[in-house]
Amino acid sequence: MEFFQEIRNKPWLESQVEIDNAREGGSYALPAVKVGLRVFLGVVVVVFSLSVVAYSDRMTIADWRPVPEPLIMWLNLLILIASSVAMQWAVINARRDRTPGVEVGMLVGGAFALAFLAGQLLVVRQLDALGYFAPTNPALAFLYMLTALHAVHILGGLVAWGRTVLRIWGGKEAHEVRMSVELCAFYWHFLLAIWLVLFLWFVIT
Amino acid sequence: MVDVTPEKIEHVGPAEVPEVDLYHAHSWWTKYVFCQDAKVIAIQYGCTAVAIGLVGLVLSWIMRLQLGFPEFFSFISPELYLQFVTMHGMIMVIYLLTALFLGSFGNYLIPLMVGARDMVFPYVNMLSFWVYLIAVLVLCASFFVPGGPTGAGWTLYPPQAILSGTPGSGAGIVLMLVSLALFIVGFTMGGLNYVVTILQARTRGMTLMRMPLTIWGIFTATVLALLAFPALFVSAIMMTLDSVLGTSFFMPAIVEFGEQLAYGGGSPVLFQHLFWFFGHPEVYIVALPAFGIVSDLLSIHARRHIFGYRMMVWAIVGIGALSFVVWAHHMYVSGMNPYFGFFFATTTLIIAVPTALKVYNWTLTLWRGDIHLTIPMLFAIAFIITFVNGGITGLFLGNVVVDVPLSDTMFVVAHFHMVMGVAPILVVFGAIYHWFPLMSGRMLNNAMGQFHFWVTFVGAYLIYFPMHYLGFIGVPRRYWEIGETSFIPDSADSLNAFITVAALIVGFAQVVFIYNIIVSVFRGEKAERNPWKATSLEWQTETVPPGHGNFGEEAPVVYRWAYSFSVPGTVDDYVPQNVHPDYVKK
Repeated sequence: MEFFQEIRNKPWLESQVEIDNAREGGSYALPAVKVGLRVFLGVVVVVFSLSVVAYSDRMTIADWRPVPEPLIMWLNLLILIASSVAMQWAVINARRDRTPGVEVGMLVGGAFALAFLAGQLLVVRQLDALGYFAPTNPALAFLYMLTALHAVHILGGLVAWGRTVLRIWGGKEAHEVRMSVELCAFYWHFLLAIWLVLFLWFVIT
Repeated sequence: MVDVTPEKIEHVGPAEVPEVDLYHAHSWWTKYVFCQDAKVIAIQYGCTAVAIGLVGLVLSWIMRLQLGFPEFFSFISPELYLQFVTMHGMIMVIYLLTALFLGSFGNYLIPLMVGARDMVFPYVNMLSFWVYLIAVLVLCASFFVPGGPTGAGWTLYPPQAILSGTPGSGAGIVLMLVSLALFIVGFTMGGLNYVVTILQARTRGMTLMRMPLTIWGIFTATVLALLAFPALFVSAIMMTLDSVLGTSFFMPAIVEFGEQLAYGGGSPVLFQHLFWFFGHPEVYIVALPAFGIVSDLLSIHARRHIFGYRMMVWAIVGIGALSFVVWAHHMYVSGMNPYFGFFFATTTLIIAVPTALKVYNWTLTLWRGDIHLTIPMLFAIAFIITFVNGGITGLFLGNVVVDVPLSDTMFVVAHFHMVMGVAPILVVFGAIYHWFPLMSGRMLNNAMGQFHFWVTFVGAYLIYFPMHYLGFIGVPRRYWEIGETSFIPDSADSLNAFITVAALIVGFAQVVFIYNIIVSVFRGEKAERNPWKATSLEWQTETVPPGHGNFGEEAPVVYRWAYSFSVPGTVDDYVPQNVHPDYVKK
């Protein structure tokens, strides 16, 4: 933890002064944009954590009625995993400077993400068809809210994904888009992790 | 501590920053409106925050007129009064103070003080301001919708916030919640910039432990905000769904005007937990930048190094961390488990330790200093006094047995206005007087400044000291009119009238302040390049105000901390951070 190491320094010591004078660069050995993404994801973690805390608090009240998870939610999970794998494939190709591989990985990853969003819409329609209705059922209200929050984050990711794909189609080589591809993949893996936690939570409760 | 830079040190070359990284405006629109330069964004934030703050100020005048002279102003209905209370509170806490300290001072000072050319994500930074502006406009729109703005009180507690008995329970509360959600989205964009710029874009030699305390305050407050605002964001979404779609996240089974509503099972206390998980850190989101700025003002205007720099840094970080475990001291009367009260009272008292440490260190910084009673210094000293006063009443309210009878009285209103209203705004004023020459190249008028300071400082005490007394005798807050209440003597009415007159006079002093700014921008005395003889990097720029890219062709290189004042053996009483040790006059 570079940050906590740094704030323990004693800048008045002569030995420290020499080190500090020559010090250049950030606190973390990462590009600013990667640090920025990590900070943002920290904020997202807090948003979902607090939602889950609220969910578990609301569960303790007598009117709580669990909602069944339609089979399609399992299929959606597999699609999201496939999306993340495709993105990682794009990263591997970007590191090896193989532009066609990057393009395929990105397109497949994005297509799976869109399929996941469509699948989530199907889940909502199925639950409606089964006779559940959000306002009268807190479990369903939470499921809808958390699904929507997660979907909004995926849509945000798709904006960055779209820009990267356009750059590739505009003639950029793999090494030129490597950073963007890595950021997209990191974000995709993160959203997969968030969905895994949420999905397990829905299944358990 | 004295300057301990060793005499012999290898020369470190200038830090060159490739121009390709710097944003360049190509038209009037991108230079002054949709600008990505942090300094312009800072001024945009500042002007918007002050404009909406003036709305909040006018609302407070109307509230005071009602309290001081009830039944005299017929247009102030009970509903309108509650709406003004709500909007005043939310505007001042979120849209004025948070935006000013982080959006305005953060944008202006962070790149300059850490030696960066701009924020690391200028485009996102620009978006941050425009989303904030939209949030302000949505908030203002609620004044014009049917039913008017929400009158639920700034805490927006359900179930009453969305029940029809509360003013603005239709479109008003929805617009408030949407505005808050937008504010948080905008702030997150800005906050990412502040944190990452401080962590990753500091110039050569600017280690974390050489940063001015202003930057430490803004940095820690931003981290707090990034972690705390999500709680408000989540609760805003959930309450919007309760209000618009009829879900029951927070709404219990309830009868309204004899009619059983469709709600059921929701938890209003859950909202309170989420709200205060944001709400208490919010106090420090406002206070920590103020702590940092005051440290710098005291040191510069007393020509003395800050006492206990490392402890000050740790205290800021410690207060920030502790601020997340005290939230339920706002909820002693909510019906939560009494053991919670014991826990939160204890953590509340613990947070007083690092806070007191800072007060001691400020005092010791002044000890044997060459104190210049400039306007910024007056405001800084006034802050310490006011923060101590407000903090002491916080110790009262932090204890369950004292808090319970004082809950929802004017004592609470007096306490939080002193500690997070008056105290931080005194720092805002001090900071504006201090950095105005940097931002405009001109000095503010000193006579008007003296008038502004003394009327504001003395006037604030004339308003809030008597208010503590009103609270002690049981005068409740948020009441449109006390009326005939047996335990409240008639003298309370006279005191309320006195407070109102004092508030109007203090309000007038702010008009003088704004006049001073407007006049001085155009006709003020031209400022020297470094009029306060400060050491930090923002005053070491090639031009004042700093030009595009802040530092000319070469970024500064830092050789020491920002507090080398009155160093023994040196000719000048200050050594700027970027002067090479070989060039220090001895």
